[in-house]
Amino acid sequence: MSEFQQKCTLLARDCLAPDVVRLTFQAPKIAVTARPGQFVMVRVIDGLDPLLRRPFSIHRSSADGTISLLFKVIGKGTEILAQRCVGDQLDLVGPLGKGFDFSGEQPVCLIGGGMGIAPLLFLAEQLEQSGRETQKDHVLLGARNKDELAPLAEEFSALGYAVQLASDDGSVGHKGFIPDLLDFVLPSVEQVYTCGPHLMMENIVGQCQQAEVSCQVSLETHMACGMGACLGCTVHGKRGLVHVCKQGPVFNADVLAWGEI
Amino acid sequence: MKEDYMNPAEEIVLCTGPDVRVQIGSLALRNPVMTASGTFGYAREFENLVDLERLGAIVVKGISLQPKPGNPPPRVVETACGMLNAIGLENVGVDRFIAGKMKYLRSLTTPVVVNILGDSVEEYGEIARRLDGVEGVAALEVNISCPNVKKGGVAFGTMPEMAARVTEAVREASGLPLIVKLSPNVTDIVLMAKAVEEAGADAVSLINTLIGMAIDPMSRKPRLANVIGGLSGPAIKPVALRMVWQVAQAVALPVIGIGGITTADDAVEFMLAGASAIQVGTANFYDPSAAENIVQGITGYLQQQGEDRLVDIIGTLKTGMA
Repeated sequence: MSEFQQKCTLLARDCLAPDVVRLTFQAPKIAVTARPGQFVMVRVIDGLDPLLRRPFSIHRSSADGTISLLFKVIGKGTEILAQRCVGDQLDLVGPLGKGFDFSGEQPVCLIGGGMGIAPLLFLAEQLEQSGRETQKDHVLLGARNKDELAPLAEEFSALGYAVQLASDDGSVGHKGFIPDLLDFVLPSVEQVYTCGPHLMMENIVGQCQQAEVSCQVSLETHMACGMGACLGCTVHGKRGLVHVCKQGPVFNADVLAWGEI
Repeated sequence: MKEDYMNPAEEIVLCTGPDVRVQIGSLALRNPVMTASGTFGYAREFENLVDLERLGAIVVKGISLQPKPGNPPPRVVETACGMLNAIGLENVGVDRFIAGKMKYLRSLTTPVVVNILGDSVEEYGEIARRLDGVEGVAALEVNISCPNVKKGGVAFGTMPEMAARVTEAVREASGLPLIVKLSPNVTDIVLMAKAVEEAGADAVSLINTLIGMAIDPMSRKPRLANVIGGLSGPAIKPVALRMVWQVAQAVALPVIGIGGITTADDAVEFMLAGASAIQVGTANFYDPSAAENIVQGITGYLQQQGEDRLVDIIGTLKTGMA
């Protein structure tokens, strides 16, 4: 496993919804080695405030040497990042962490909530490229409303997946919580991959355990370095604390202590 | 003829510009740029991003006698131009460090300084004893100042006589060059420096983090599970620089400057204030290439200033008005 620190040119900046941004970078070394579920640390600005890099899971990685990141503007770091211009050079470190294990051939279900959808598109693309029959797989996506969901849902559909949606306001798909849709899906899959808000994942993990379906989760935490040096990104595992940056961000759900994370 | 023959080592020094070698007691460094404890793991974490052979020295994550799991999360929070951490000294313990981490560290030509910490004077001595004679350990840095563990650090680092006792215990247990890392959370850091100098330290490094805290006004909760933590990063640089300057004037020991160093200019400022070497800490997190860039930048500074040797600028701060 190898990671790189690279100055990467911002090639495209797309607003998928008023506060949801997709950035595409020229990042040849990172793109070639990245695996679904891995992340990059982005220095949003060259100054000292904000000081720390921000972690983003890789939303897309292409053979043409580009990677994309998808994020919502939620604070100072993402606000600055969202305002960077095409042509700007940003300092990226990656790919980092342990990604999804997707070696199996049985039907799978990808479940993304909000910006947790980001890494699942990269996974969906890689699964599709492995030559499997994606119409037997399921994709469940949830977010606040149609504006946020529609553009992303189309991209999963284009890969041949059966996509179901849930929105908080009912403007598209099921009105409510994404785990509500899981009942119908779990009997027909062997593996669940999920990323999203903590409560959503906790609910999904509980349902998977009952149905005896294996579940991999991608976690998000505050990180200072992303490389296993600062030891700041710990969460509670069943056998003590684990580090999200190195041992994750993708974990087998069974190793985590869900009640106390 | 022999007299005219230039030996290859000399030639290399001449070809690569100013001489940036420094000396910390008996420890000779190829350049003054060290990585600060707790910000560089056990070095291997950075092997793909940093040319470890270009660093002056590597100071590894603090090691205790027994493994420590560290504090509950959240453990880090960003602040203006800095960060707070309350990691709680998580580490693998001295025996697993020697068995599991030293093999890789030994493979580097860069000197490895092992940072040690204990809950009692005896424990410091015992860790030092276990590290004495371990191949590849170039020096010890004694952490008497970590603010995170209620039972440990603080008392040693804030009382001159306790700091002296720890220093003596480590001195007795080990023949390795001994650096004592000082806490800034004291009324007079000069007193601490003098106490450890008298107790047999070979050098002092300063500063460790400043104790601070951060609060989330919406939840009305502290942002760190430990409530308080250590402040590091560029925000603390002026404080660090002041303390290095005061200590460098008061003791005869070499001083290693630490605190918010991100650029070569930062490093040079510490050396002008009297530091013989510097450590790069939090910058390793946001810019893994910082330490390497500083090495290069120092050379550039010396060339620009017309200086042949880095040691000639140490402590040359001009304080008079003339």
